[in-house]
Amino acid sequence: MTLSVAFRQDFAELTLDIAFDVPTAGTTVLFGRSGCGKTSTLGAVAGLLRPADCRIEIDGTVLADTASGLFVAPERRRIGLVFQDARLFPHMTVEANLRYGLRRAPAGTIRFDDVVDLLGLAGLLARRPHTLSGGERQRVAIGRALLSQPRLLAMDEPLSNLDAERKAEVLPYLASLRHALDLPILYVTHSLDEVFRLADTLVLIDAGRVVEAGPASVLLSRADLPIARHDEAAAVLLARIVQHDPARQLTTLEAGGCRLLVPLQDAPPGTRVRARVPAREVILAAEAPHSISLHNVIQGTVRGVVEDRLRHAALVEVAIGDQGLLARVTPDAVARLALAPGTPVLALIKSMAIEVLPG
Amino acid sequence: MAARAVGFGLPVALLAAWILARFRFPGHFLLNALAHLPLVLPPVVTGWLLLLLFGVRGPVGAWLQATFGVRLVFTTAGASLACAVMVFPLMLRAIRQSLDTIDPRLEQAASSLGAGALDRFVSITLPLAAPGVLIGALTGFVASLGEFGAVITFAASIPGQTQTLPLAIYAAMQTPGGEAAAARLSLISIALALVGLLAAEWVGRRLRARVGL
Repeated sequence: MTLSVAFRQDFAELTLDIAFDVPTAGTTVLFGRSGCGKTSTLGAVAGLLRPADCRIEIDGTVLADTASGLFVAPERRRIGLVFQDARLFPHMTVEANLRYGLRRAPAGTIRFDDVVDLLGLAGLLARRPHTLSGGERQRVAIGRALLSQPRLLAMDEPLSNLDAERKAEVLPYLASLRHALDLPILYVTHSLDEVFRLADTLVLIDAGRVVEAGPASVLLSRADLPIARHDEAAAVLLARIVQHDPARQLTTLEAGGCRLLVPLQDAPPGTRVRARVPAREVILAAEAPHSISLHNVIQGTVRGVVEDRLRHAALVEVAIGDQGLLARVTPDAVARLALAPGTPVLALIKSMAIEVLPG
Repeated sequence: MAARAVGFGLPVALLAAWILARFRFPGHFLLNALAHLPLVLPPVVTGWLLLLLFGVRGPVGAWLQATFGVRLVFTTAGASLACAVMVFPLMLRAIRQSLDTIDPRLEQAASSLGAGALDRFVSITLPLAAPGVLIGALTGFVASLGEFGAVITFAASIPGQTQTLPLAIYAAMQTPGGEAAAARLSLISIALALVGLLAAEWVGRRLRARVGL
């Protein structure tokens, strides 16, 4: 099943020429700087924007096609929208807000009580929007969109107006949403952290064009994409918890055929997780070191080397099993180890540098 | 008569306010100016224009007479029409002001939740504009009670039919020994105006407090 988006729109500052096809299953994150066209893309999908040239198709249903003059009105697209500002209806209680879309939607599988549980809204139902905190408002807005029984949940930087504390309050709800409901999510953000936590599929947008689209774990380990030049650049390994060793306070993960030791985790063995490995934390070596605190020495093959002149650094993409790691090292190190595509190499990763995120 | 003036004038004022607040179109300025004309025109001129338009030989008046057998000039209905036209800008301004404070993006949110245009107007726009609509209705009602120039020109001053408060006061003052009656009616007029304004203020506050403004 596919979400297929293609449109052109001229703005005063920028011409958008966006086109991508992504699987609808899971969470697709549109990532790019402010003003690059992410929000307009969401607008085109939801029907709030009506580009002169546009084709939107989701799971075989065409929502807009200027070639044949088709344009489905926003209220009939069944795209649940969550905005930066919650946009709750101020004259209604939280419960009336939640039921607004539900009453107008065809019968669906997303039930009122389930959404209230999932988003922790039970205590808020009788309140009015102006008495809620920013984080609570955003949770209600998400619930309201979910209950409209959408074919796709589209979120436009839902956390960008919240302070760090509120972000931390809402993020876990977003993460759990991904699996609790079998609902495709289209998520716009300029925060790399949200990409690591939420993205299954990634669409990179820059200056009105799609730079690349594909599985998040693949794109995040590519050395040649602009996202790799980000300070916080990191690879995300799709992993599974193998076993716990409470005595040593370590947990073993399996990712791409390799074993990784990380600080002890709570989730039971078998749980799917994501292991975020920051590029600047990865050390490359030709032979294994001895007598060292390090746990993770992983056999890999260099897939690509790209210079980052701005930082006087080099980005090295290392294939490990069917996945990839990204290492930011000095150009001098690249020369000394003679790193080039095809070179076998060892990636050394501190256990403490690996962040284990919910799968 | 005042109630009828508000009853017929309010929906039209609501529609006009919504069009003026939500859409930009050629003639926007002209429509806005036309709607506000009764506020700045001498009332007698408004009454005279109504007479031209709705008089027995006027284009609209003649048609009403021929089709429905309705005559507006010198009748209660005519007085209501004159009042409605006179207080129209007052109601329009009150409603427009409160429409302008509504975030149009709320309607976007409503449309993404499956609400069509009419549904959005009834479920979102109208309730949020309620303070302005109510204030407009109340001030319109009170102002209708006090209409003078346009009513006397268009509908004359017939006691019990087209006589508004100020017309009655004026008539009492013209009558020898009518000062007491004039004073009594003036007091009533002051009281009504005060009650109306206070009620409008109170209702507005209550409604705004509900949405946290």
